[in-house]
Amino acid sequence: MTDLAATGVPRDLSAADDSDALTDFIVAAPDGTFGIHLLVEGVHCGGCVRKIESALADDATVVDARVNLSTRRMTAHWSGAAAHARTIVNTVESLGFRAVPFDPDVAVSEHEKQGRELLRTMAVAGFAAGNVMLLSVSVWSGHAQDMDEATRSLMHWISALIALPAVAYAGRPFFRSALRAVAARRINMDVPITLAVVLAAGMSLMQTIDGARHAYFDSSISLLFFLLIGRYLDHRARGIVRRSAERLLALGREPAVVIGEDGRQQTVAASRIRPGMALLVATGSRFPADGVVEDGESEVDTSLITGETLPQVVMTGDTVLAGSLNIGSTLVVRAGAAGDNTVLAEIVRLVESAEQKRSRYVALADRLATAYAPAVHGLAAGTFLGWIILGGLAWQPSLLIAVAVLIVTCPCALGLAVPAVQVVASGRLMQAGILLKNATALERLAEVDTIVFDKTGTLTEGRPELLDRATIADEDLNRAASLAAASGHPLARALVRAAGEAVTPEQGVEEVAGRGLEHGETRLGSRVWCGIAGDGDDDAMELWLRSAGHEPVRFRFRDRAREDAADTIAALLGKGYAVELLSGDRAATVSAMATELGIETWQARQSPADKFSRIEALAADGRMVLFVGDGLNDAPALAAAHASMSPGSAADISQNAADVVFQGGHLGPVTMALGVASSARKLVRQNFALSLGYNMIAVPLAIAGLVTPLVAALAMSASSLTVVGNALRLGWKKP
Amino acid sequence: MNNLVILIPIALVLGLLALGAFLWTLRSGQYEDLDGAAERILHDDDSKPQ
Repeated sequence: MTDLAATGVPRDLSAADDSDALTDFIVAAPDGTFGIHLLVEGVHCGGCVRKIESALADDATVVDARVNLSTRRMTAHWSGAAAHARTIVNTVESLGFRAVPFDPDVAVSEHEKQGRELLRTMAVAGFAAGNVMLLSVSVWSGHAQDMDEATRSLMHWISALIALPAVAYAGRPFFRSALRAVAARRINMDVPITLAVVLAAGMSLMQTIDGARHAYFDSSISLLFFLLIGRYLDHRARGIVRRSAERLLALGREPAVVIGEDGRQQTVAASRIRPGMALLVATGSRFPADGVVEDGESEVDTSLITGETLPQVVMTGDTVLAGSLNIGSTLVVRAGAAGDNTVLAEIVRLVESAEQKRSRYVALADRLATAYAPAVHGLAAGTFLGWIILGGLAWQPSLLIAVAVLIVTCPCALGLAVPAVQVVASGRLMQAGILLKNATALERLAEVDTIVFDKTGTLTEGRPELLDRATIADEDLNRAASLAAASGHPLARALVRAAGEAVTPEQGVEEVAGRGLEHGETRLGSRVWCGIAGDGDDDAMELWLRSAGHEPVRFRFRDRAREDAADTIAALLGKGYAVELLSGDRAATVSAMATELGIETWQARQSPADKFSRIEALAADGRMVLFVGDGLNDAPALAAAHASMSPGSAADISQNAADVVFQGGHLGPVTMALGVASSARKLVRQNFALSLGYNMIAVPLAIAGLVTPLVAALAMSASSLTVVGNALRLGWKKP
Repeated sequence: MNNLVILIPIALVLGLLALGAFLWTLRSGQYEDLDGAAERILHDDDSKPQ
């Protein structure tokens, strides 16, 4: 390739030879090999991983290639020329996957570092908690069996040696957060946790120095261990959501073919497209940027962006959106907005801002905690002062009693009440193919009072099917299908599916965008194209076949509602939920579907932003909205709704923006998830009542100075067991 | 009581070994693709001949 920079071509285009869209992402290692990180779309199972890895293993220059199934990223290293990256990407794409380069330094965020820190601290806390607990059990049984003072003191010293460094290390996530909160003059749950842990450890050290009978090392370190487990699980759930936005951005990074002023064609990264450039978009590829068609006529599948079932005809002067698919013929497009200004980037922004808003949702346990923390602090401080002033004790024993109050009230059962129910409920939903993706999803589902459905792909199967198959002669169908095999139009595909394997594709079929197909005398397409008089149907999903010597044949299509859609809607309405339909499709189609399913409120022609603002408007009315949708265009609404569900067939981004993903071709999971969520809420409340009941008994004892570490441990585990046992009842109930 | 002097250090050393092993697996990235690891065991081992 010539050095274009030297010939005065602008810098944006100089990076234009075939591998240059990748150049920015290639990392050279000191040993002369190169590496690249790719996001791979479409990897769903071990089989896909194997296909990619073994195909690359056959390439002699590839040193290693490894696909990560959890993150759908791959890393490859190779020797030889840097430009070999293009061959690697092509190999992956030839297997039917899309591969997009990414920069791990940007993508491997603070978030993943935090995850590793939580795992490390959890391991250290777990090790320390286990060993200190062993020693504590000996001390407790020693109280009953006359353990001598020297041995007990030794045990306490060893406990101190294990627990103190572990607390200092494993407590850092809590300490940092508590310090930040206090610096901002707020109180969060980490403040009482930090106080309890630090005071318990500090007091225990003083007790140990004094050679006293009791120490609380076990309480402080095991409290940290359990809380860290909860933090880590929560962190993982967040990580899955975060990756969705990243992958969506990758969709916009399709390389583009730019036509230079001298007429030369060059492949560049989408990020290098500037407004005003002329782009060549071939059949079957996505538009890399929003733009205006300059030359050509084609059909564009915008279902990913707008949710419309049928492709739209575009001609010179029409606007096309980034991310939509060109299924007709090659177009020349003058780029308008690119990168951050496209509709696709706008969707990403909407999703991100909505997700931030949702992450502000405070779980019931945390809401209780905000009331609980000041109460606990007050109680402990009151106990301390009470014993000094009224009880006439010295400050050390008073502080010890106050610490006992802090430990007894520490929200162990309270912290278990929600997770235990969550685990059982999500296990039950999992068996039914319903995947909960968000820790607070169950709680939010239980609060829902309005359900908004998307149409295409959610209430319907998402693809047109031939109607009245029985009334059409096999010969007509086969004739039509042999023409249709040449087209990527959804209606033509439906014909081919309906005809089955008997179709022999015709050669030399010509396609005219927006009209139909032609082969000699035979035409397949719209009513006008076939020259048939009369008006089309209101929902216009039809094809006509006209050929010499035959009566014209009409094929009607419909995007059928899912089998149990009507039943599900009826059941939801029966339970008192308000149900709405929001669709990007045309009014006639949407209205027909709404009538069929008995939905009274519906809106058609909704853009992603319209759906998003409709959800916001409902929320502003004080409604708790559950949004069920599947398309890319639904992603912002999914993220904005109070709770959201997506079928397993949905676009990746939508699955990731949704709280709940359900498998299978039915809508029954919507009713089931709502049912399980409300029984889970009932159980959580019972559990709170139970653990508060325990506190009401244990706290007065602690204030009275009667709680030893043994009593505290017994009370804690007994209340925890009751709470877990109660949660298990959810699993026993019949669905 | 002399048993304790031996047993407690042994317990601690074993525990530390396990902790060290866990931190090593963490550092070497063995928790980065749990889904993939579960599937990989099913693949035939026909890596390219060296």
